This record gives sequence, structure tokens and C-alpha cells, in this order.
Amino acid sequence: MAENTRIVKNATCTFCGCVCDDMELTVDLDKKVITKAKNACVLGRAWFAEHQIDDRPVAMIDGKEAPLEEAIEEAAQVLVNAKFPITYGLSDTTCEAQKQAVAISDIIRGTIDTTTSVCHGPSGLAFQDIGESTSTLGEVKNRADLVIYWGGNPAESHPRHFRYSVTPKGMFIPNGKKDRTVVMIDVRKTPSAPVADILIQVKPGKDFELLWALRALVKGRKVDPQIQVMTGVPLETMTDLVERMKNCRFGVLFFGMGLTMTRGRHFNSGALLALATDLNEFTHFVAKPVRGHGNVTGADNVVSWQTGYPFGVNFSRGFPRFNPGEFTTVDTLTRGDADAALIIASDPASNFPKAAIEHLKKIPVISLDTKETSTSKLSHVAFATSTYGINTAGTVYRMDDVPIPLRPAFESPYPGDEEILFAIKKRVHELILSKCGATGATGEARVASKLML
Amino acid sequence: MASTLRFVNGRVYDPANNIDGEVRDICIKNGKVVDSLPDDTPSIDASGMVIMPGGVDIHSHIAGPKVNLARKLQPEDHRHDPHPGTNFTRSGSGGTVPSTFATGYRYATLGYTTVMEAAVTPIGALHTVEELHDTPVIDKGFYLLLGNNIYLQTLLKEGRHDEFKQAVGWWINKTKAYTAKLVNPGGDEPWKGKRNSNVTDIDEKSDLLNISPRDVIEAFVKTVNELGLPHPPHIHCNNLGHSGNYKTTLETMKTAGDLRMHLAHIQFHSYGGEPGKNPDSKAVEIAEYVNTHPNITCDVGQVMFGKSTIMTADAPLAYLLRGFKKGKWVNADAECESGCGILPFSYQEHVFTHALQWAIGLELFLLSEDPWRIMLSTDHPNGGSFMSYPKLIRLLMDKEFRKEEIGKVNQKAIAKTNLPSLDREYTLNEIAIISRAAPARALNLKHKGQLGPGADADITIYDDQEDKEMMFNAPRYVIKSGEMVIEDHEFRNDYYGKILHSAPEFDEEISEDIRPFFEKYYSIEFENYGVADHYLHEHEIIPRVSS
Repeated sequence: MAENTRIVKNATCTFCGCVCDDMELTVDLDKKVITKAKNACVLGRAWFAEHQIDDRPVAMIDGKEAPLEEAIEEAAQVLVNAKFPITYGLSDTTCEAQKQAVAISDIIRGTIDTTTSVCHGPSGLAFQDIGESTSTLGEVKNRADLVIYWGGNPAESHPRHFRYSVTPKGMFIPNGKKDRTVVMIDVRKTPSAPVADILIQVKPGKDFELLWALRALVKGRKVDPQIQVMTGVPLETMTDLVERMKNCRFGVLFFGMGLTMTRGRHFNSGALLALATDLNEFTHFVAKPVRGHGNVTGADNVVSWQTGYPFGVNFSRGFPRFNPGEFTTVDTLTRGDADAALIIASDPASNFPKAAIEHLKKIPVISLDTKETSTSKLSHVAFATSTYGINTAGTVYRMDDVPIPLRPAFESPYPGDEEILFAIKKRVHELILSKCGATGATGEARVASKLML
Repeated sequence: MASTLRFVNGRVYDPANNIDGEVRDICIKNGKVVDSLPDDTPSIDASGMVIMPGGVDIHSHIAGPKVNLARKLQPEDHRHDPHPGTNFTRSGSGGTVPSTFATGYRYATLGYTTVMEAAVTPIGALHTVEELHDTPVIDKGFYLLLGNNIYLQTLLKEGRHDEFKQAVGWWINKTKAYTAKLVNPGGDEPWKGKRNSNVTDIDEKSDLLNISPRDVIEAFVKTVNELGLPHPPHIHCNNLGHSGNYKTTLETMKTAGDLRMHLAHIQFHSYGGEPGKNPDSKAVEIAEYVNTHPNITCDVGQVMFGKSTIMTADAPLAYLLRGFKKGKWVNADAECESGCGILPFSYQEHVFTHALQWAIGLELFLLSEDPWRIMLSTDHPNGGSFMSYPKLIRLLMDKEFRKEEIGKVNQKAIAKTNLPSLDREYTLNEIAIISRAAPARALNLKHKGQLGPGADADITIYDDQEDKEMMFNAPRYVIKSGEMVIEDHEFRNDYYGKILHSAPEFDEEISEDIRPFFEKYYSIEFENYGVADHYLHEHEIIPRVSS
């Protein structure tokens, strides 16, 4: 063991939406690496082990190293002078940084959007339409005797999700997995399948049809037997599942992007949420999207409490407006509306549609990221920041909306996202003040007098 | 910002100091009210104006997990009511569940400077504190949902009363809460564990723990009074909304003996009739009990017609209401602690039950013999938005207006009440009591709800107008902690208030008793639970009181 070693107990892994907060990290403070992450899953171990301090300039303008103050000035100038500036990302940073990002968008009358718009955005829309019967994960652990996963592969995407839902002994589940029935519904047999007691393979693109048939059966309606051909699921299987759902004590439906990002999207999520709601006529039943990024749930929460809407929010009229499809990032880029972009902890240049990336290349981009990415490489101003949960303290929200504080392992020479965003906000605010001072249009430009926001 | 301010020639209503409409000067220095200021201090002429302490809302739902779910749920409610920013303030969205910034600014535009969030799960306390930081102008605190806490109920079952007291103290400290809140005690377990059923009688024993709602209520009344929390247990009784529930309400109040107890939104608990059938009014019986028992305080939870949002830890109730229209609905269980239900709602004049609820609320106000103990609230946003307070004040102050409004609603409902025969009109002094002085007293906020020397300079100044709705809708000046936030009806400054909380003494050893339970049944780590000190920013610990 290295001499200068530190143990961090109850640390939080922010790699995925499970946000497991039972990590015990062994940190080599000299080398600034985490040598061991006890309790972490395969993804978490990689997240911690591969985290090293890169040797990158803290700020770059057009690919050349620049002093931090100069980069902040340039970023603020770009944002203030843009007509349709967009902010995107946010799901891999702290709530504290997310608040600063929303403030900037509000002050410059820009548009703010998060990675939710390309993952569980449809579930957000379905939520607005149907609502959601849901619970924290501890209640699933304590009570759920029927656990259904739909359109997800947690064994690979959220390896420790089962510690909340399948394996643990709970207050009313004294024997753990033995007391639960686990059902997997998916288009293929995934590595998650061995966990399941019942595996139901649905034809690709037919999730909505299957969900709707289940809703009908729950309500005791007759279903056209053709549904078997359409969905690939025998009617007996459906009836058996419906009986299990109605007769369990506490049922839960977890759903993933196999549902939200395939044909039907928010109709699929909505049908699933409606099924869970319907089942409450018979027993206690909840549903929960299995969220991806470590703090995407925090982003939803922060943007919602500050603006009233979860993502895709525009401030150009001086107040928040919500319109997915109009103000979501893929759309503002693909249409060519955006004339500047502030990208926080996300890499759209590597995973967005081609047309969106092409537009991103044409406009000034300001990026904050812990690593060099495709987006940072094409950025006009690129900031290197420290990693949340490893170097930076703050708050994140687990996929079930439970807030969890972070316990950083070691210090990074780089500033946190919050620090950079706060500085940009401060400067943007001053610039807008002087702008309205110059024109005398004090009633037009909106600023915060004390930066208390 | 000037550190001194003086208002002259205004008519002052400061009931806590027995000042009822006297013309006198109000002097402010360094955020506090002072006796006098040097003669050369500039003055603002408040002739023709009414000066009151800033409003104190004792029961409202403004921040935290359930509020944010309700915000996310209703884009349609925000869309028609944007909240533009100004040179000094952030923008936001309105509707019945406004964004955090809009909530703070809108309370300020009504002259309110202190608001208590009435129901927060311990596991959601950190979320609530984060939202409260983003809620401008007002000082704020929150009540902690402990009435369905499984660990605490287990202690009661085992008869471990001292540990129960220590654990309540631990929880209040751990989360930076103000006092304990009970919502439908005993109702969560049948909801979550027995196929969405509910407890229906205050003496019904739980299968699981063999204790009744009354046992829980009794334990909390005793404990909170012993701990000396600044506000007594804040209770949402069993059977909210059900016909015949006034009996439960009376029994709940009797459980307090002569100890302090606060009943939330008592209007929703004052119904006669048979369960499952149409209700009638038992406002007379409830008001009579409150009038004659000085240990009881309550807020009314007035229903106001129009859009509302039901949000409650009483999950079975929300599901019941959802059954009427089968519209969108949220249920959100918090592990080992609470349930929660949310749905959009609308109160309509022609609907018998809604009109009856409206009338019962007004009856309770008008039958109250002690305005210090029956306070103004709409259980925002359950009975209606806090933005409807000015209209409610006019209904109380103006009997002709009230008569007109009674004429517009379901007359069968009105016939079940004594409302038409009640001629009382509230005075400005009484309004100052039910919206300021009384809530501050019930919260033991000695520096609020009054304008004596040393009081917090949280002050509202209205133009005196005949139409009281107009008057209370738009104060001319609002001063928060000595800062002029609103001047001539416009925002002049931004201000962020502090979190008010309690820190009762307790035996630290109790945490070693809670820990094993927690590690077994919660899904986060014990060390990561609660609200750490560094989250507090500006805050004030309200000292213990002796009963």
C-alpha cells in the first residue's frame, strides 16, 4: 500500500443513475488515483480506476492554451452576443453546477436542454400526460414481490440495480430473491435474462401493442387473438402475467430505453405508466424509468424547480417556455437555429445525428468536460474541469429522486463545473448590465443585482 | 441599500402590540424595527396607507419532492401564466404550483415574508432545502413527516417512549426541520402493504404494529411539547375529506388534553353526514371546540373556486379523488417514511361538495371567537393558490360581496350551512391577526408578525382601498429584513431569506439504535442521510419553548 493513502467511506459512484453511495475508495494521494473501489460494479470500478488527472490546459481558445480569465471573458462575450444561444448536457455534473447553467440561460435569454431529451425525454412527456405511480428504491427492496423489467438490460447497463430490486432481503421480503418473481420483457435474450423467473420476448417495435393488450386484460376486456401473432407473445403468457400483476402485494415495472427510444416512444412510456396506474385498482403497483447518467435525475429536478419544465426550455421572451421538438438540442442544431452553444459534461459531437454535428462545427461552442472529447476538440472555448464525485463535492439525485451528497476522493488541479459556470454567469451579467446601461433600456435587459441566484 | 428607513403618517396595525390602526412612525435600522431614528433621517410619507407586519403563512406547499413532481406534471398549468423576470429578479412559471423563484416573488407581491412548507419526508429534506435556497425574498422552514415513520412506530409498539422522544429529536436535528408533521397517521401501511386500503378510525389498531392513530398522535403531542419545539405537532387528521369526519377531528383534538396542538386545514375535517354519502357542515361543532380550548390552534384550508393541485402525503385520499375523473395522477412512496399523492383538481361553484367546502371554510372563519387561533390558509395549492388570499380577505371583510358570491354557488350546499346568517365582517386588525400575528405566535417566531422595537423589519404597506381584494393584491411597499424589495408596486431589489429550523436537545446515542434499522431497510447509507450543516447557508435556529 502506498504511504500517502486515504480511505473514503460512503462515497458515491456517479457513473450511472443507480448512484450507489456505499463505495469504499482507497486513494493513492501521491499518484492521485483510486486504487480500489470496494462495492463497485464492473462499470463503477472502471469509472474510479480509470480516473486520472490528465495533463490538459485548464482553458483553450481555438485549440490553444489560454489563461482562465481570458477564456471566461471570451465565453461570456460569445454567449451575450449570440441571438439563439443554447445550453446542453448537465446530466454528469452536480446540481450546484446545473443551477448556474439555468441562471446563465435565464440571463442571456437562451435555451436550456439536458441529455434527458435524447434518453428518457419521452418518459418525461408521458409523465406529463399520465402521471406516475412510483416509489423510492428502498420501498421496492422492502416490499416488491413482483419485479418486471421492460426494455432494459440492467445486468450490463446498471449492474447493481438488482441490489435494490431483486436480491436484497426487505422488511416484507424476508428471503430476498426467493420471495420475489422477476419478469424480463424485451426483444431479445440479454445478459440480464438469467435473473428472470419469467422471460417474455416481444417482437421488435410491438411493445405498445403488448402493453395495450395487457391493459385490456387487466380491465377484464376481450382481446383479439391476433395480438399473439402481432406481438409474438402467447395469450396464455399475457393472461398469466396479468394474474400475477393483479395478485401480487407490491408490484413494480422498471423500464428502459428499449421502450422510450423505439417506435412509439412516449406512447410506449405512457402505456406502461397507464398500466401501472390501472393495476392500483387491484393492488399496490409502481413504475420507474431506469435512468442512465449519474445526475440526469438532478438535471430534471433543477430545471423543473427553476423553470417549471424538465428540459427543452427557452427564455427568449423573458420567461420559460417548454416545447420539445422546438427547443430540444438535436432540433435547434439540425434546423440551424442555434448560433452559439454551451455544452456541459456531455459529448454531442460524438453521438448526435450528423446534421446536428455539422451545425455544431459551424457555430462557436463553449465546452466544459473532464476529458478531451469530440466536442471539446471542436470547441471555440474549451474548459477542463474536475470530475464530480471524484474531485468535486455537491449533490446528485438518484433515479428515484433521492438526493445524495458527494464525498470527493482527492483534489484535482482543475476547477469544478460550478466554479467556471459561476464565473461565466457573473461576467454575462455584467455585460448585459453595461449593454442596457449603454442603451438606457433598463427595463429590457434582465440581470440579477446581487448574483444570489 | 439604505440601512435606515422611516415611514411616517401610516396607519399601523400591529395586533401583537395592541396597536389597532394608530397613525404612527415606523423606523427601521439594520434589518430591525427601532424606536426612533435621528430627526434628519429621510422619511417616506405613508399617508393614506396601512402598515402591517409581513405576512406569515403557517401552512403551504412550496418546495420539495412532491411539489416538484406536481410542477413537472402540469406544463399546461404554467403555460398560461408565465412569470417574467425583471432587472432584479429571475424569471419563472406560475400556475397553482409556481417555480421556486416565482413562488418567492409572488408571495412577496402579496406582502408575505415568511412561509412554512407543511410536509417534507426526511429522505426528501435535502431536496427541500435546495429548493428553498432558490425561493427568494421569504424566510422559510418546513415540517417533517414523522407520523407514518416505521422506526418510530416500532418504538411505540415496544413501549420505548424515551427512545421515541430521542429519535424525534434526532430526526428534527438531522433534517433541519421546524417541527413534526403527522398526516393520516397509520394510513401508509395499509396503503402500501394492504392493496391500497386505508385506516378509517382513530382507534383502529394496525395489524402490523398493533398501535392506533390515536397512540401515534398522543405520543407526538407529548414528545413535541417535551422537546419544546417552537411549533406543536402539526396534524392532518385521519379521514380527510370524508363525510362524518368531524368526529375524528374532535377525537384528535381531545387527544391533546391541555397540551399544544395545531390542526392543519381544519375545513377539510369539518364534515357531517354518513361515510360514502353527501356531507353537511359541522363547522359549528368544530368552531365551538376550538373556541373553548386555548391549547388548540388551526389553519382553515379555505377552498377557493378554480384550478388547484392536490398534493398530499395522504396517498389514499389522492387516489380516491383521482377516481372521480380518472385523470393524471402521481403516487410517490418514500421508503419507511411516507406516501404521497398528486393530481390536478378544480373546485367548481355548481358542484355540491365544492360549494359546501367553500362555505364551511367561511363559516369557520366567521364563527371563530379567537382570531389568534384560527388562521388564514388555503392549504396552497390544495384548496387553491396562495394568490387567492386577497379575494379570501375580501370575502371575510365585506359581507355584501360575500352575499353576492354566495348567490353564485350551489344553493343546496349553502342550505346545509349557516353561512347566509353570519353577518360578521373581519376588521383590518383581525386580518392582521389571522395572516400575520397569529401564525407568528403559533410558530413562536417572536421577531415576526409584530412591529415592536427589535422585531424583524419584515413589513408590508398597502394603499388603503375600499375594495380589499385590490388592496391586498398589490402592496405599495414590501420590506424584507430592512431591505426595500418592492417600492411603488415594483421590484427594486432582490433578497434571499433564511431557513428557520429547530435544534432540540436529544441523546446522541439514539443514532446507534436507528442505524441498524436504517441499514436494514433504507436504500442509502446512514452517513449520507439528512441535511448536513454546510447545506444551510443563511439560517436561524428558533429556540425551544417551555410548555
